[in-house]
Amino acid sequence: MKKSLFALLSSLLLLGAALAGCGGASQGAQQEESKPQVLRINLHSEPPTADPGLAEDSTSGGIVRATFDGLTRLDAEGKPQPSVAEDIQISEDLKTYTFKIRDGVLWSNGDPVTAHDFEYAWKRALDPATAANYAYQLYYIKNGEKYNKKEGGITADDVGVKALDDKTLQVELENPTPFFLELTAFYTYYPVNKKVVEANPQWANEAATHVGNGPFKMESWEHKSKLVLVKNDKYWEKDKVKLERIEFSMIEDLSTELSMYENGDLDWAGEPLGDLPLDAIPALRDQGRLVTQPIAGTYWYKFNTEKEPFNNVKIRKAFAYAINRQAIIDNVTRGGELPAMGAVPPSMNLNPEPFFKDNDVETAKKLLAEGMQELGITKLPPITLSYNTHDGHKKIAEAIQDQWKQALGVDVTLQNTEWKVYIEDLHEGNFQIGRMGWLGDFNDPVNFLELFKDKYGGNNDTRWEHPKFKELLTQSAVETDPEKRKQLLAEAEKIFMEEMPVAPIYFYTMSWVKDDDVKGVIVDGLGNVDYKWAYIE
Amino acid sequence: MLRYLGKRIVYMVIALFLIVTATFWLMQAVPGGPFTSEKQVPPEIEAALNAYYGLDKPVFQQYLDYLVRVVTWDLGPSFKEKASTVNQIINRGFPISLHLGLQSLAIAVFGGISLGVIAALRHSKWQDYTAMVIAVLGLSVPNFILASFYQYIFSIKLGWFPIAQWEGFEYTVLPSFALAALPLAFIARLTRSNMIEVMNQDYIKTARAKGLSTFTTTVKHAIRNALLPVVSYLGPLTANILTGSFVVERIFGVPGLGREFVVSISNRDYTVIMGTTVFYAILLVVLVLLVDLAYMLIDPRIKLADGGKE
Repeated sequence: MKKSLFALLSSLLLLGAALAGCGGASQGAQQEESKPQVLRINLHSEPPTADPGLAEDSTSGGIVRATFDGLTRLDAEGKPQPSVAEDIQISEDLKTYTFKIRDGVLWSNGDPVTAHDFEYAWKRALDPATAANYAYQLYYIKNGEKYNKKEGGITADDVGVKALDDKTLQVELENPTPFFLELTAFYTYYPVNKKVVEANPQWANEAATHVGNGPFKMESWEHKSKLVLVKNDKYWEKDKVKLERIEFSMIEDLSTELSMYENGDLDWAGEPLGDLPLDAIPALRDQGRLVTQPIAGTYWYKFNTEKEPFNNVKIRKAFAYAINRQAIIDNVTRGGELPAMGAVPPSMNLNPEPFFKDNDVETAKKLLAEGMQELGITKLPPITLSYNTHDGHKKIAEAIQDQWKQALGVDVTLQNTEWKVYIEDLHEGNFQIGRMGWLGDFNDPVNFLELFKDKYGGNNDTRWEHPKFKELLTQSAVETDPEKRKQLLAEAEKIFMEEMPVAPIYFYTMSWVKDDDVKGVIVDGLGNVDYKWAYIE
Repeated sequence: MLRYLGKRIVYMVIALFLIVTATFWLMQAVPGGPFTSEKQVPPEIEAALNAYYGLDKPVFQQYLDYLVRVVTWDLGPSFKEKASTVNQIINRGFPISLHLGLQSLAIAVFGGISLGVIAALRHSKWQDYTAMVIAVLGLSVPNFILASFYQYIFSIKLGWFPIAQWEGFEYTVLPSFALAALPLAFIARLTRSNMIEVMNQDYIKTARAKGLSTFTTTVKHAIRNALLPVVSYLGPLTANILTGSFVVERIFGVPGLGREFVVSISNRDYTVIMGTTVFYAILLVVLVLLVDLAYMLIDPRIKLADGGKE
């Protein structure tokens, strides 16, 4: 007995050591017979919530988008199409929207979806007592911000959303907001079932009590382990939904996720809801299996414009121009990103031409010399580049540190801190150069520019402020002509790049691998995923 | 005996109180909070969040509230996972970690003792060398590498076991072996050296001389005495295996409690940090007490501290 156990153990371990040396990629499982309509995907982590009012991350967003439906839904081109609303009237001044709710739209428990559910859901998210992090997504609605911030005695009744009857929802906005219809496809704008929510505050936490109005409904939710969605027979457009089941596993380890995909246990590995190991990406790309899609996001280095030497615009520009972005993309990130020579992602089509030349060392040298003269210094003070603990950020920082040394002869110290400590340092202005990224919340350039409107705005960190830039943004908020508005924003971006409070590095992409028979999964320009039209061929 | 137990329990409560207090103040001292994030929210929303979770109260008040929560074992909501309370997280995760831990413990103890005994009985023969090579591998190869080896060989190449997740017995095999490797190796070496020592002692020689079979000598006389050091290793080992499974749980996608420990800290999920710390602290002090009691039962020479000299 003991001997056989011994023999088993020793042979297992030796075999393991021997085989591990062989290495090499394994081939994916092949299944030729027609498959049931089941999609198996990995979530990088447990969705923090399945409540559209509380959701604020992409994982929760993926689940919520599958189990709920908004007034509109984004199509494959990212354009909002009427969904729960069958008809939308917009007033002349673009400030009043009237939505007509489609007939026969039901909750997964059989209740009719009414305009009151929308009114309730939006006011619930705005109510400070709900403590919804994304309440600010609803600030475009008249008095939404004031109600959320408890300003000037504004109550829920003053908020500009009203159900005129069961079928009609009227929304008043603060300003003409050209992207408002897109917002109604965003999860903070989804309805919730008033009866269900009021009866049980914990309704969204378990599959048994979760009620949605989307193409899928939750069958089971084994927390931290598995979440299963099945087709919702009460969905108004159920004929368009072909998938019978979506099975989400929750594997945090990136290599395990890829192994499961290679082994045929998953149909899809990688973004938007999972993730691929950085080291595996070049090989997958070489094999032609990697799918890469640009998304509206910019990776940039922020300068602290209040501290020497980056209080000088020429020095900021010198550092930005000297970066060789293409080299970083080719050798470090290797995810097919696009070099960024502007702040606003190209998909938003604001200023199609780059503002400067990548790796423009000559101009950079000149600007550095001029900048130092302006500051009256002959030697730069010690410069520190900060980033948060992450392999990718570290490699990028090291590459750029080297590029600055080569191009400008500047010695830069790297400083690495844990994420939350890092964020706090940045928000408090306790840095010289720091990495950061911004992923668009909605598909409009203002989302990228308004971050830098106010010196002490929550996400500015650079302490940069510019009167003209501010004014242009303020004007764009009330401009009803889309063409004029675009010009105002384009002008604002020009000023921004002229002043260079941030050095853009690259525009983000998402990468994944999937089985060939998985079709119809929509990943939009913001990186949001929608499974409504997905099917297995 | 009762007096001794009572005294120990009082000490345990004091120790727990100190742990709770230290954790709470250390946590407060760490920069960044649960709502610190890249997309910073307007201050009013952050205030609303703080009010919702009671973080707007004075720190000392929060500390008192927390003590009350620990005593009533209502550890509050998770900041990060809005769908769960800390009690739910512990109730869901711990049974799984316990299952994995006990299974690994069984493998480590039986596998390790068997290997050690075989190695000792076949001292300086090929069985001994093989067993010790395994032990060295187990001690020196980190379990996350071992885990990836297992996945590659037994799941991808041989298809015997699933790569990851936690849905039935076959899912538990690879993580248990990965987690058991290190203690198994340690126990094997410990057993071997003790066995070799014991086998050379006079009473074993006497037993042999009396004509007892090798089996009887080994099982009845040698192993029992050789295992005392192994038992004393079991207490810390149990605690270690129950708390230290983070890496293995992560690689095999096991929804256990090990991950919460680590993940909650980087999330600044205060209530989960506190909850898991208190929970594991209780586990640890109880295990230490049990080990002390077990010593007493196994070795009558060890006396209660209360009853006079140690």
